[in-house]
Amino acid sequence: MYAIETVALEKLYVSGFWRKKKIALHPLTLAVEEGEVFGYLGPNGAGKTTTLKLLMGLVFPTRGTAKILGMPVDDSRVKSQIGFLPEQPYFYDYLTAHELLDYYAQLSGITSKDRRRRVEAVLDRVGLPDVGRQQLRKFSKGMLQRVGIAQAIIHDPRIVFLDEPMSGLDPIGRREVRDLIQALKDEGKTIFFSTHILSDAEALCDRVAVLHKGELRGVGVVADLTARTSGKVEIIWNGAEAIPDITARGWELRQTADTARALVPETEVDAALDILRRNHARLVSLNPVRTTLEDYFVERLGAPAAEVTR
Amino acid sequence: MSSRLASIAYNTYREAVRDRVLYNLVVFALLLVTAALLVGQISIGIERVVMVNLGFTAITFFGVAIAIFIGIGLVSKEIEKKTLYTVLARPVRRWEFILGKFLGLVGTLAVNTLFMALGFFAALFFLVRDFERSDVSLFAALYFIVLQLVIVTAVALLFSSFSSPLLSAVLSLSLFVIGNFAQDLRAFASLMTGVSRWLALAVAYVLPNLSSFNVVSSVAHSQPVPVALVLWNTAYALLYAGAAVAGAVLVFDRRNLK
Repeated sequence: MYAIETVALEKLYVSGFWRKKKIALHPLTLAVEEGEVFGYLGPNGAGKTTTLKLLMGLVFPTRGTAKILGMPVDDSRVKSQIGFLPEQPYFYDYLTAHELLDYYAQLSGITSKDRRRRVEAVLDRVGLPDVGRQQLRKFSKGMLQRVGIAQAIIHDPRIVFLDEPMSGLDPIGRREVRDLIQALKDEGKTIFFSTHILSDAEALCDRVAVLHKGELRGVGVVADLTARTSGKVEIIWNGAEAIPDITARGWELRQTADTARALVPETEVDAALDILRRNHARLVSLNPVRTTLEDYFVERLGAPAAEVTR
Repeated sequence: MSSRLASIAYNTYREAVRDRVLYNLVVFALLLVTAALLVGQISIGIERVVMVNLGFTAITFFGVAIAIFIGIGLVSKEIEKKTLYTVLARPVRRWEFILGKFLGLVGTLAVNTLFMALGFFAALFFLVRDFERSDVSLFAALYFIVLQLVIVTAVALLFSSFSSPLLSAVLSLSLFVIGNFAQDLRAFASLMTGVSRWLALAVAYVLPNLSSFNVVSSVAHSQPVPVALVLWNTAYALLYAGAAVAGAVLVFDRRNLK
C-alpha cells in the first residue's frame, strides 16, 4: 500500500460565459511510499497547488483517482491521518495561537483531556512556547508559518502535506522550517511538499517529481540525481602563467586574482595537468563536477511528459 | 450536536464577538433606543406605543443588518482567506461546516438580540415605570424577531454559496423586504386568474412570509399573541431556514474550492 497514490488524476476548469476549458493538471500517475519525503517541484503555475487541493478533497477531479493510505481521499478516515499546510496560510487572527491549535485539535477529534497537553507540546516543538497566549494578528510571517506547521501536526498525522512551506520566509525562517521538516522525517512521517526552492528539496527529499504546465516531467531519487557526474572535472590552481595555454584549448575558464578555475572534459584531465606542470602552477583542487537538482529540474522542464512515473 | 459542529459554531460566535463592527452595531442600536426614549417623552399618552414600535424596529433593523453583513461572508470569507482549507483537511464534512457556521451566527444574533432587548426593557421601564401583565406578549414579539433573523441568516448563507458577497447582500435584503409584504403578495396573487394566478401564488409561497412574524403594532397596543401563531411561526421558520441551509449545503458540497 502506498502512502499517496494517484492514477490518471486530471483536473480541468471550465470558466466564463463561453465555458472555456483550462487544464490545470494533465493525467497524473504517481505513487509515494510511506516514510518518504517527496518533493513536488515546479515553477509557479505548474499545477502543484491543484494537485494538493485534489489530494485534500478541496477540488474534485475531472477524471482519475487519488488514494491516501489505500483509501479514497474523500474518506473521512483519511482526514485524521493527514496534516495540511496551505501555501501562504492565513489563520483566524482574532484567536491566540493556543486557541487556534485547540480549535484544530477539537476538529481532529482529540479529547479535551489530551488537547491542552498536545497544544503546549506542539507550540514548544515549533519554537513558540512563550507566545501561545498572543493573538495571531501580532505574529510575524515566520511565526505564522510555524503555527501553520503546528496545526498540521497537532493530531500526530502519518502524512504531512506542505504547500510551499518556505515561501516568503527569510533565511533564518527557512532554516527553522527546514529543521522542523527534517525532524518530522526523522520520526518516520511521510512528507509531501511542494516547492520551487530547489536547495531545500535537495537537502530534505528522498525523491522528487518535476511538474511543468500541469504535466509530470519526471520523477527521480535525489541521491541518484546528485551523484551523477556531468562528464567534466573542475580544476583550480594558483598561477597565471598557465592561463593562455588553457584558454587556447577552449575550456571554460574563470579567474579571480591569482586563482583560476577551469572546467575540463574528463578525457582531457591529463592534458590539463601537463599544462599546469609545464607552467609551474600550484594545483589547489581537482574534483569531478556532479549534477545538482537544479540541473535535473532545468533538464526536465524542457523534456516531454514523463512516461515512467512510479 | 457533534463536537465538531459545536466547535465550528463556537468559533463563529467568537469571531463575531471579537469583531469591533458587531460592538459598534450594538452601540448604535442602544443609541436608537435612547432616541426612542426621547421621542416617547414628547409623545404624551402614547409613550409606550411609540417606544415599543421604535425599539423593536431598531432591534429588527440592527439584527437583520448583522445577519446579512456577517451571513454573506460566513463561507466566502473563509474561502477567500483560505482558512477553510485547514478546516476541511480534517475529519470535518462540508455540511458540518455550513451548519456549524449557521448555528454560530444564529447564536450570535440571539445573544445580540438579548442585549438589545435588555436595553429596550430598561428604557421602557424608565418611561412607563410599570410593567403590565400584557407585556408578556413583548417576549413573543422579540422571539418572532429572532425567528426572522434565523430565516434571513439562512437565506444570506444560501445566496452566498453561489453568488458574490455584494449580490448576496442585495438579494438577501430584497427578500427580507419582500417577505414583509408576503401577505399582500399572496392576496394579490389570489385576485389573478388562470396560469398567472398559479405562477404568482407559487412565487408568493416560495418567498419567506415574514409579515406573519411582525406583531410589533399589536403588542405595542397590549394585544396578546395567540399561542397557535407562536407554534406556527416556529415551525415555519425552522422549515424555511432548514430548506435554505440544505440548499446551501447542496451547492457547497459540489463546489471546487479554487
